Amino acid sequence: MTRQTQGAAAAQAGMVQRILHRPITATLIAIALGFGVAAALLAAAGYDPGASFAALFEGVFSKPKYVSNTIIKAAPIILTGISVAFAFKTGLFNIGAEGQYIAGAVCAVLVGAKLDLPMPLQIPLVVIAGVAGGALIGAITGALKARFGIHEVITSIMLNWTMLYLNNFVVQSAAYHRPTSTSSIPVNASSFTTILPAWKTSDAGLETLRQVPWLYDFLVKTDVNIAFLVAVLVAVGAWFVLFRSKLGYELRAVGFSRDAAEFAGMPVGRNTLIAMAIAGAIPGLAGALMVTGVEPHSISTLAGFENYGFNGFSVALIAGSSPIGCIFAGLLFGGMIYGGQSVQMAVGAPTDIINIMIGTIVFFVALARVVPLVADLLERRAQKRGARHA
Amino acid sequence: MLNNLLLLIGITLMYSTPLVFGALGGVISERAGVVNIGIEGMMTVGALAGAAVSFFTGNAWLGFIAAGLAGAAFAVLHAVAAVTFKADQNVSGIALNLLGPGIALFAARLFWGGGTQSPSIETLPKILGKGALAGTPWANLNVDVTVIIGIVAAIAVWFVLYRTKWGLRVRAVGEHPAAADTLGINVGRIRFTCVVLSGMFAGFGGASITLAIISQFTQTAVAGQGFIALAAVIFGKWTPHGAYGACLLFGAAQALVIILGGGVVPVPSELLACLPYVLTLVVLVLFVGRSVAPKADGVPYEKGVR
Amino acid sequence: MEPDASLAVQMRGIVKEFGTFRALDHVDLAVKRGSIHAVLGENGAGKSTLMNVLYGLYRAEAGEILLNGERVEITCPTDAIAHGIGMVHQHFMLVDNFTVTENIVLGDEVCGAAGVLDMKRAREAVARIIETYGLEVDPDAKIEEISVGQQQRVEILKALYRGADILILDEPTAVLTPQEIERLVRIMRELASAGKTVIITHKLKEIKASSDACTIIRRGVQVGTVDVSRASEEELAELMVGHHVNLVVEKAPAAPGETVLSIRDLVVEDERGVEAVRGLSLSVRAGEIVGLAGIDGNGQCELVEAITCLSRAKAGTIAVHGEEIQNTSVRNVHAHKVATIHEDRQRRRLVLLFTVAENAILERYRDPAFGRRGILDRAAMSSFAEGLIEAYDIRPADNADKPARALSGGNQQKVIIAREVSGEPDVLIAVQPTRGLDVGAIEYVHRALVAERDRGTAILLISTRARRGHERIRHHRRHLQRQDHRHVQAGRGRREPPWPPHGGR
Repeated sequence: MTRQTQGAAAAQAGMVQRILHRPITATLIAIALGFGVAAALLAAAGYDPGASFAALFEGVFSKPKYVSNTIIKAAPIILTGISVAFAFKTGLFNIGAEGQYIAGAVCAVLVGAKLDLPMPLQIPLVVIAGVAGGALIGAITGALKARFGIHEVITSIMLNWTMLYLNNFVVQSAAYHRPTSTSSIPVNASSFTTILPAWKTSDAGLETLRQVPWLYDFLVKTDVNIAFLVAVLVAVGAWFVLFRSKLGYELRAVGFSRDAAEFAGMPVGRNTLIAMAIAGAIPGLAGALMVTGVEPHSISTLAGFENYGFNGFSVALIAGSSPIGCIFAGLLFGGMIYGGQSVQMAVGAPTDIINIMIGTIVFFVALARVVPLVADLLERRAQKRGARHA
Repeated sequence: MLNNLLLLIGITLMYSTPLVFGALGGVISERAGVVNIGIEGMMTVGALAGAAVSFFTGNAWLGFIAAGLAGAAFAVLHAVAAVTFKADQNVSGIALNLLGPGIALFAARLFWGGGTQSPSIETLPKILGKGALAGTPWANLNVDVTVIIGIVAAIAVWFVLYRTKWGLRVRAVGEHPAAADTLGINVGRIRFTCVVLSGMFAGFGGASITLAIISQFTQTAVAGQGFIALAAVIFGKWTPHGAYGACLLFGAAQALVIILGGGVVPVPSELLACLPYVLTLVVLVLFVGRSVAPKADGVPYEKGVR
Repeated sequence: MEPDASLAVQMRGIVKEFGTFRALDHVDLAVKRGSIHAVLGENGAGKSTLMNVLYGLYRAEAGEILLNGERVEITCPTDAIAHGIGMVHQHFMLVDNFTVTENIVLGDEVCGAAGVLDMKRAREAVARIIETYGLEVDPDAKIEEISVGQQQRVEILKALYRGADILILDEPTAVLTPQEIERLVRIMRELASAGKTVIITHKLKEIKASSDACTIIRRGVQVGTVDVSRASEEELAELMVGHHVNLVVEKAPAAPGETVLSIRDLVVEDERGVEAVRGLSLSVRAGEIVGLAGIDGNGQCELVEAITCLSRAKAGTIAVHGEEIQNTSVRNVHAHKVATIHEDRQRRRLVLLFTVAENAILERYRDPAFGRRGILDRAAMSSFAEGLIEAYDIRPADNADKPARALSGGNQQKVIIAREVSGEPDVLIAVQPTRGLDVGAIEYVHRALVAERDRGTAILLISTRARRGHERIRHHRRHLQRQDHRHVQAGRGRREPPWPPHGGR
């Protein structure tokens, strides 16, 4: 080998090193492995993996309507993901996003269905009600931990179920039940956070939109709403609070090292409560935005969890607990959930394959730390080889 | 009165048994220092495996054993990630909770023609045989045989953890793995074994739902029981007896809901349904308080790092 | 070095590499049977590595080990145990919530049929060894309930229980007070006279009292083996560091001013409600260092927590410049310009996952200088941190954005000292500030404290390991004798004036 090619090889190896050491690489590898495992399973069960994945992608990208629905589906789990990520960064384990989400939806209905103010007042009030509901659940979790030392995982699990039944109670209550249905009455139209709800269905709106078919598809055929935009803002906000504000500095200090924070004079109990309240407020916001933004603008009797919170967990994990990363992980997730429905229609494969894919991705995300180790191993080998050459 | 009391006992035992198995699995794994959030997923896999084997062989006992084996096999994933590769145990546990239901439902659709629900299957016997004492209030005590297996399992786990050499080592590995290592104890092997055992117990837990309580597999067979079991582990302060007590308490609260729901008290059933969860929190606040996990719980063991 | 059956241990040409770093470079060690042999070296010199090779925790790249003149292969601790080698690690390897007996038998349990423990027989076996060597520890006590000295004895018992003839003690004196060290030396003598071979590693102190022979290692290379009785402490230190060292910190005489910190009749209870500090009175004047010493678990921990308002003072007062601060808040204590340097720096004083810059403002982040309206001024933070890094020589120099856990122990302590001292405190509480640091860093800390004193700070130096245990301040009236330290007396609930009054220099 000439010196030049050796140098080039070394540079190349160095680049591979650097790429392998980046956290995003491990995540991408995990995603690829998720698809790989799913392909193997599909093939083993007698389905065509190629056709299945094609159906998945078509189910997300082939029509503006699908893209729109994917974004709509992604918005709440981006928010619950940010909540879980925020809690992680402050040393807490928010497995209660599910219950906080329900609390948000319930509170939005409680306020939005009875109150009917002009839109600029109504929307903030309804959304704030949802945020407050979620924050309250979070605050209870935080308070029990701070005051009585009760593990947030237990409290969260118990509150998830409590909220599920309280949701059903509200749905069945005389004041909110919609007769001959399993739903509550919807929130008033002044609460809708759908984008241009009135205009897009008016004659003028329909007339204009027909000129632009993709926009017509995008807007009219789906419940496009502000949730995704809000989620992006919340992601940036969560990042800012965590890493650029004194409050976040304090919350992280308490989360990383309770003892050091205490010694430095930070109120540990209060910070635990604040961190959980913020983490709870975000799924509450998601719940309120789903009620105000998506048909049928009401809550229904729940037989089990809708997994908004648990999916948020996966989103946060795939995003490596980065609030900004949650936007992308949430979109990926939303796409898989929404596009996954097409897989069954197209090739008849069970939609559960999507859960397996997501599970596999999260599993390999857990193993992500192995990737840099492999990189180190390669490096050491390269060094040894280099030493031998010299 | 007697009828209601016996009913309460019977339902309590029925509801608590799947939790007991799940919680015992959690105790074993966490005492060895591996957090196991994946109990829910492992239980779902067990529930499916038990139902499927019972359905295809017509033998519920084979189904029960298969459920334990399937749970154990599934737990190997967690063991490989958490012990062999020292991955984040929470992340890997969550992955199992996604994978478990995914695999179970995928398989269910393959087995039972596209539906996620199995036909009615052969179930495990009652302790006194089917129909014994029928018509008398005492029939409420003719509980599923899994109840007895659960009690025996709890005693066995307690005995192994506190009275045997292996149990001493398990507890040492969960508290101070480096100390165990310097005394020639293979930390990795003990942890791996414990995680696999925890999968086996969780698998039994799942099967005790499908093979005894609901006599079929459905999408909602497990539905959160694994998480309740996880809570019971913490509630019971990571001990088998404590966890058993927590499961009983939870089962009793559920039973109370059923009995009170029969029109005894004028409370909407949805509010009544909150009782077990709220009661659990109240008991925690009033009587239990802070629980301290095994010191090395959740911390991957790396040689030479202190 | 030829095989010699009179030598209990011979290690020849040991080489150990970590990656590209050579920790041990052809090190030889010969230890006579029935002797106490010291291995001397600075932190990082390789003495612990050498011991870990002997105990099978590390595998050497080259070299061989002979026991009693016979070549042996030791690849894991189990091999070492089988060859009669026992090791007491610097950080004790004890399970806190196990009993003494459980810890001792772990891994070599006394069992009946089918692996069922027979704790009665185990306890008898343990009691026998305790009696034979006079090791005095309660076999049924839980580890978390006994003192550090007793815990060390449990570690020695673990080795003896496994039939160890060769005992390795890694830095056994680092955690002990003078009284306990005396006791340990007695135990070691006892063991040696019973025919056991003891190898201890050391930084320097107490070597003369405890050892017969001593091998010195510097940067992975063996420098020599000397007869301890013929070498002076200075000579040993010079061999160890490679140049002349000054063991006494040079300083001007103290010029104390008015009283800054005064504690009167302080009573503090520990977590279990036992009075850990009983009627303590002391005062510290500006520009002086007052030393407070005693055996571990004597209430110093509770004292520090009471001064910093982390726990309540049950009675008595703590005043700074005459203003009482007891039972207020940690932040109020900071506002009175009280700073703390703590032995448990990783847990108590640093957020290890925070960057150095973030740690540098741990107590001052609310200061408007680091941002207004609740927003952090990152630029101000890093320029502040870089200033400290330069002024206090924290290495590596480009670490402002690196997590604190990436720094060495000495540099972590420098970060804390820099942070605490840069606030120009009036009172500085230093708890075991040099614990676990190497000679160079210890010298640095001592100089920093003296410099602070000369600036006019009132310094309370708590110089033995503070840890909860059975023994309390009231039992111990022996105090550190240093030129610059005054004595402090803790009363048994009685009101006693500090003794001797403002003297001792």
